[in-house]
Amino acid sequence: MKKYKEILLDPIFNNNPIALQILGICSALAVTAKLETSVVMSLAVIFVLTFSNLSVSLIRKHIPGNIRILVEMTIIASLVIIADQVIKAFLFDISKQLSVYVGLIITNCIIMGRAEAFALQNSVGKSVLDGIGNALGYSFVLLFVGFFRELFGSGKLMGYTIFQLNTEGGWYNPNGMFLLSPSAFILIGLLIWAIRAWKPEQVEEA
Amino acid sequence: MSSDSTKKTIQVALGVCLVCSILVSTAAVSLNAIQNENRQVDKIKNILAAGGIDYQNKNPQEIYNEKIKPVTIELESGEIINPEEKSELLKPKNFDIKKVSNIPELSTSIPASEDIAGIKRKPEYMTVYKVLDENNNVNKYIFPVHGKGLWSTMYGFISLDKELKTVEGITFYEHGETPGLGGEIDNPTWKESWQGKRAFNENGEYIIDVLKGKVDQSNPNSDHQIDGLSGSTLTTRGVDYTMKYWLGENGYGPFIEKVRKEGSDEEI
Repeated sequence: MKKYKEILLDPIFNNNPIALQILGICSALAVTAKLETSVVMSLAVIFVLTFSNLSVSLIRKHIPGNIRILVEMTIIASLVIIADQVIKAFLFDISKQLSVYVGLIITNCIIMGRAEAFALQNSVGKSVLDGIGNALGYSFVLLFVGFFRELFGSGKLMGYTIFQLNTEGGWYNPNGMFLLSPSAFILIGLLIWAIRAWKPEQVEEA
Repeated sequence: MSSDSTKKTIQVALGVCLVCSILVSTAAVSLNAIQNENRQVDKIKNILAAGGIDYQNKNPQEIYNEKIKPVTIELESGEIINPEEKSELLKPKNFDIKKVSNIPELSTSIPASEDIAGIKRKPEYMTVYKVLDENNNVNKYIFPVHGKGLWSTMYGFISLDKELKTVEGITFYEHGETPGLGGEIDNPTWKESWQGKRAFNENGEYIIDVLKGKVDQSNPNSDHQIDGLSGSTLTTRGVDYTMKYWLGENGYGPFIEKVRKEGSDEEI
């Protein structure tokens, strides 16, 4: 029996959905040009993953095996639409930047994966913790990438100037590459390297 | 009863769909009003920004009501019309370029040879915003513009002074250009570089060019040239063509000419 604490904390470093399982990469590239969008995206994923695990686990004994993917998909899609509507209503400016990517949480493999791999077999309490844990693992990578991309790409953090740009009379010449999606690949690669250097047991055998 | 029986399968499917649809529709319906208001306020803020009106720490709606006077014009003739005679959708409050462009009775398709802005269809009517000064005289005009950038259709405004000669400002309120490259059309410094540029020559033709690279200040033409943004040649070309289209004869040309001839103070 896994301890509750492990269920919650394992996905952050020991079994990170992005860094170890390499899932959910696409949104990690798309919305991390700024820290602010990364934060909102993370919150949306925490909400969706927690409640999708909760709902799937709640009715796990009633879900017929042959339509289980459809049932999970319906639940996830509904939660994502609700999250999208709330963001549009209360964080309008950010929703304009996130555009379609909130909707694309539906196709984020992490959420489907946790419903399939965990919530279908485990109790409600454990499933909720697993949902929060994995969402935090995802958020950790998003915030890491968002932090460096915004800092080096536009010299700002959360919209506040950290490095004065040379176009505005300062000294910092922004590195445009960090604003483009491929830079997230490089950052995620470096992060995976760092984590595996720290925890060598994660290294796959060649 | 086993979970896999047909009856149970249908029951679960229906149950899940029912609960989910109730949740989704509740969220959509209850938040719709706030979302619409957000869109309105966002548009108003952009109009104010385009007109160079400071709305910080104030209610944008109030300032809009006080300072901005929208009029609906027919593009082809340049006549000011009463929108209520045509359609509810043309009222300044409801006017939505995307919606109107898709209604056959209110829009026309643009022949490919003329379609330099890459928008395929345009409304036959547009809302133009007059900015009033303290004495309620027209001080500036704000024209909505839109055209294709590299990835997306860019929606924005350009404002001209009351004589319709020089640019007062430009702004884009919706586009999907690459942040940091094409997205730099939102850069305040670049937007400022449009300010005070001579928009029309003696014959009333729109003459501003967005160059590739920097403007040579010693060149006599530099008063109607704009620096291109490095790394976003195609986006800035899109902005260039968008402005050329909308301020040319197929866009607001007839209206601009009319105002010049008849003077701007004529009451509507």
